[in-house]
Amino acid sequence: MSGLRSWLADGVAQRWLSAAAIMLSLGMIGGLVVVVVVISGAAFWPRPLVEFTLADGNRVLGEETEREPDTATAGRIRTRIKVANREVLGADFRWVPDTEVVARRLPADAWLLERREYGAFHGFPVALSVETGSVAAGDPAFPSTLGTAMARARALLAEERQLLRRVDRLHAPVAALERKITAAERRGRDVTTLRERRDAVAAHEQAELGGVLEKLPAIRERLSRESLLMRTTDGVEKSVPISAIVRAMPVNALSTSQKLSVYASRWSEFLFDEPRESNTEGGIFPAIFGTALMVMLMTIVVVPLGVVTAVYLNEYARDTFFTRAVRLALANLAGVPSIVFGAFGLAFFVWTLGGALDRLFFADVLPNPTFGTGGILWASLTLALLTVPVVVVATEEGLQAVPQAVRDGARALGATRWQTLRRVVLPYASPGILTGAILAVARGAGEVAPLMLTGVVKLAPALAVDLQPPFLHLDRKFMHLGFHIYDVGFQSPNVEAAKAMVYVTVLVLLVLVVALNLTAIALRTRLRRRLRSAAV
Amino acid sequence: MSDSTPALSTRALVAGFGGTEVLKEITLSVSPRQITALIGPSGCGKSTLLRCFNRMNDHLAGFFHRGQVKVGERDVYDTGWALEELRFQVGMVFQKPNPFPMSIRENVLFGPSIAGETDPATLDEVLERSLRGAQLWDEVKDRVSDSALQLSGGQQQRLCIARALASSPATLLLDEPASALDPIATAKLEETLASLAAEVTILLVTHNLQQAGRIAHRTAFLYLGELIEEGETTQLFTNPRQRLTEEYITGRFG
Repeated sequence: MSGLRSWLADGVAQRWLSAAAIMLSLGMIGGLVVVVVVISGAAFWPRPLVEFTLADGNRVLGEETEREPDTATAGRIRTRIKVANREVLGADFRWVPDTEVVARRLPADAWLLERREYGAFHGFPVALSVETGSVAAGDPAFPSTLGTAMARARALLAEERQLLRRVDRLHAPVAALERKITAAERRGRDVTTLRERRDAVAAHEQAELGGVLEKLPAIRERLSRESLLMRTTDGVEKSVPISAIVRAMPVNALSTSQKLSVYASRWSEFLFDEPRESNTEGGIFPAIFGTALMVMLMTIVVVPLGVVTAVYLNEYARDTFFTRAVRLALANLAGVPSIVFGAFGLAFFVWTLGGALDRLFFADVLPNPTFGTGGILWASLTLALLTVPVVVVATEEGLQAVPQAVRDGARALGATRWQTLRRVVLPYASPGILTGAILAVARGAGEVAPLMLTGVVKLAPALAVDLQPPFLHLDRKFMHLGFHIYDVGFQSPNVEAAKAMVYVTVLVLLVLVVALNLTAIALRTRLRRRLRSAAV
Repeated sequence: MSDSTPALSTRALVAGFGGTEVLKEITLSVSPRQITALIGPSGCGKSTLLRCFNRMNDHLAGFFHRGQVKVGERDVYDTGWALEELRFQVGMVFQKPNPFPMSIRENVLFGPSIAGETDPATLDEVLERSLRGAQLWDEVKDRVSDSALQLSGGQQQRLCIARALASSPATLLLDEPASALDPIATAKLEETLASLAAEVTILLVTHNLQQAGRIAHRTAFLYLGELIEEGETTQLFTNPRQRLTEEYITGRFG
């Protein structure tokens, strides 16, 4: 007994216990980071296309994605192969047991096509048909002709997109007038003059529109004229329009530097482009942008709100039952499940506030909601409410750390209470305030549940910031990395194909949160250095 | 204000906190442009008396007072005299240096800037005059934009004096300003105070009898909230009129 007591008093056990706890936590975090970094680092590397000849004479061409013991037959190993060619084979993946494989080779002439629709295509090129004629796959001019054809198609697609955007712009004045007419009719006003104006504007629009619209069929006709004829490893021939190809490469014949350039181009597409194929391909730029903008809006709201609350509680309010109740309520608020905040945001911000705003300022487009539906503003406000306790607590700690001597010094120099607060106390407490902001950002950036109720959607290519006045569209719905992970990883029709995307998105979210935190920490360190006293 | 008018004075001042009287019927006059030291054992009310002159006690819970406190010819509780205005007239330096977390320049110009002074030429002039007054100018003139927190303890305390001087006060209250300083920094501070006394009235609370003996023109001895004796420093130290004073300065208690 006394041996145990002295052993405990010695502190060895406690030391081991705390060391073990730290190792466990570090191990979990480190494991997560390693898994995410390794898988996402490899996700965009071009993998060889392997051709398997099976015992039944069939052939399979694809990327080997994983190997595992076959659960159906003991002792047998099977390989999962990404076969692509969705519209021909019906599924992206196929399991092949090792026992059925007769031959395995890496055909140098196998090509991987990344397409805008139907996922990738694996096969052997047969011939390329372009405006200038037909080029056979064996022709030395084939790769360069394909390259120029793809560049041409990209230019045409860009032109088409621009024309469509012009059509939208041309139609906007008419659409606005139509809304006014509907609203005026509902109020029982005379709409004759409005109708006349509408007709005049519409006539003008028609005249302009004609010129624009007649260009479109020509572009589409040119796009449809060029295509690449491919043959799958089973011998099925398939014509792929050039305009549908994002990237084309003979994967097995690529040199390391060519693979590196593909790797880099896939990363840049991922980071800077919009998603395609129900988010399982393409990029996640709108989600990165939406997450960052939402976190910034939240910070802009939560920091002043939290600081003002903390200043009142700490500097002005006396220690009464009321202030203690407020502090207790704030502490409890931090423990409320975030989905409850989401429900509150939906009911209060979206329906009540947003509905009122719509009735007051956007009545002409009703029943289509403007602010009366989820949007980035309401999502940011909801998260600001969610994170306000963190900021209040951290700011209060910062304020309590301001020495009384410094406050007295300012008062003795003739500063009023407000001047003391603004010029001395708040600067002194700014590291505490920034700590609160850091914690709020860390919590807010990772939150998904409340956003699903208040404005996040799976696809919103229209960013909340653009060149159309008023430039910042707070009513728009937005994409969010956390929701993107949930959607692509667990709600997508093709979860297996999107697995790599999920890992890479997780990596991007982690990097974004760490970057936001590091910025705030760097700022705090600079402030602390200014505040640190060299003397006494 | 003629020379015969005291810079600071109290008449029958009773003050305290809650139900406790800390000061009992104090009547004291402080002559202008001299250093007056307040001495006495801990808890005798020196600091409370000092803080009556710029009303710093008003911020403490339960403070009350009766009697009169005057700065020059004006009552400090004169309703027409805003608290902030009073404090521009009566500067204060605390026991521990309390520089603000800003540059040296911003520290010194804190008073003028909250008073609304924005003219850069005037501010530059005030900065130099105040730092020279606190004998800090030569040490910091090349780095006035550096953080005040990087100064040494003695420099910080003189910076606090410069900061108080920036509002051109007629009077400086100092509450044991050297108690956190080493002997060299203390000597420098005393030299500064002695030179300032030519222009400013100084009321100094000190625990250090030698310090009072070295720099104070006059000394007042407080004991248990009462003013026991006040007079020329040399006279009070060599030939005290009261037995209590003699016992205190000879170290028999305190």
